[in-house]
Amino acid sequence: MSISVRIPPVLRTHTGGAKVVSVEGATLGATLQALVAVHPELREQIFEADNTLRRWVNVYVDGADVRHLGGLETPTRDGIEVVILPAMAGGAAAPDGE
Amino acid sequence: MTTKPFTEVNAAEAQQILGSPQRPILIDVREQDEWDAGYLHGAVHAPKGTIGFTIANIAPEKSAPILLYCAGGVRSAAAAETLAGLGYTNLTSMAGGINGWSAAGFPVVETTTLTPAQKSRYSRHLLLPGVGAEGQQKLLNSRVLMVGAGGLGAPAGLYLAAAGVGHLRIIDFDSVEASNLQRQVIHTTDRVGMLKVESAAVQIRALNPDVNVEPINGMLTTENVVELLDGVDVVIDGTDTFEARYALNDAAVKLGIPVVHAGVFRFEGQLTVLAPGRGPCYRCLHPAPPPAEMAPGCGVAGVLGVLPGAIGVLQATEALKVLLGIGEPLIGRLLLWDALEGSFTELTVRRDPHCVACGDGKREGSAA
Repeated sequence: MSISVRIPPVLRTHTGGAKVVSVEGATLGATLQALVAVHPELREQIFEADNTLRRWVNVYVDGADVRHLGGLETPTRDGIEVVILPAMAGGAAAPDGE
Repeated sequence: MTTKPFTEVNAAEAQQILGSPQRPILIDVREQDEWDAGYLHGAVHAPKGTIGFTIANIAPEKSAPILLYCAGGVRSAAAAETLAGLGYTNLTSMAGGINGWSAAGFPVVETTTLTPAQKSRYSRHLLLPGVGAEGQQKLLNSRVLMVGAGGLGAPAGLYLAAAGVGHLRIIDFDSVEASNLQRQVIHTTDRVGMLKVESAAVQIRALNPDVNVEPINGMLTTENVVELLDGVDVVIDGTDTFEARYALNDAAVKLGIPVVHAGVFRFEGQLTVLAPGRGPCYRCLHPAPPPAEMAPGCGVAGVLGVLPGAIGVLQATEALKVLLGIGEPLIGRLLLWDALEGSFTELTVRRDPHCVACGDGKREGSAA
């Protein structure tokens, strides 16, 4: 089973620039744990110390927010697309002022 | 060729017929927005698509003389065919339509307060179903708050001004820098050093004198946000700090004002419409801001200049849809654009009933 996890541009410095990472896991939580096992720097970006999702990080499974599905317990299946989406600073963060 | 079941006349002949003792029933078969932009004196409005149903009320007698016109003469001829098929026998179509009529120097009834200069400037809007003279008047009477006159605000502001949004209140605390010009197309090289809101005002006034620009040099805060939102119909969110964005969100939710939110980063952008009562607010999307070190901005990460251009124009598009009440605004939908892939992704965002800003019972309570 292979699940494509789409890495947002703000987090790609932690995946060596990779935009999509394919991992395996029976639940969303297991999938994301597999992801951070491959790219350890992502762990603190996505997870709190207790392995819950960071509050400003949204995760979508096939376009739907997992907070409205089963959260990290959401079961996965082959071919689904997972999108990670943290809050974006916006136009552009300070020094250059957007 | 078979004979047509109706007569065709030019504008001058039509004018004669209309002045004769046997004045025909004059019917305008164009669409509503075309009618709104002006029609012939004494005309009845009956769009071609439904004339087969409406004609019985307009002309119960099938032998009554009827003169039909449209914009150029094609639709009125088709309408005449339709009426002939229903048994009408005294049909005339004005070749050249109202355009030919006006070109011949004959008068039309003006239905709006648009000036001749405005009719010319917004002529492409006046032709559009869903906009027309009525919609244009709505835009001219609209007030938009633009938070930021930078990457997103620059293109959004230019297009909203061009569209004839009557009042643009712009707040920004920065001055124009050379490094802005790669994308902030509302500013110019000779205005480097000028306050962004002043520079934006110069450009908007040059583009469209119909627009009343209200430049405010400052930062949006929880203290001034309610005053900034006063009388505003829609907000273009080009904020660059989470503090400002949450302050804007919370006040807009309380006041029931839609916010067109967007963000850009490197080669990607995102966009959604946060409409209180109709969909989620920003806190439903992101209940809490990330700490600063986990939210790098374009100042350090870079951004392709056209990225905020395209996303800012999409913001202006959504704002116009909301102002005009047309189409399907991006409410409850977050659109992601990957410029390098050339792909759009749509995510579903829902209102959170437990949201601290707009959750059940919050809005009514706070607004009271």
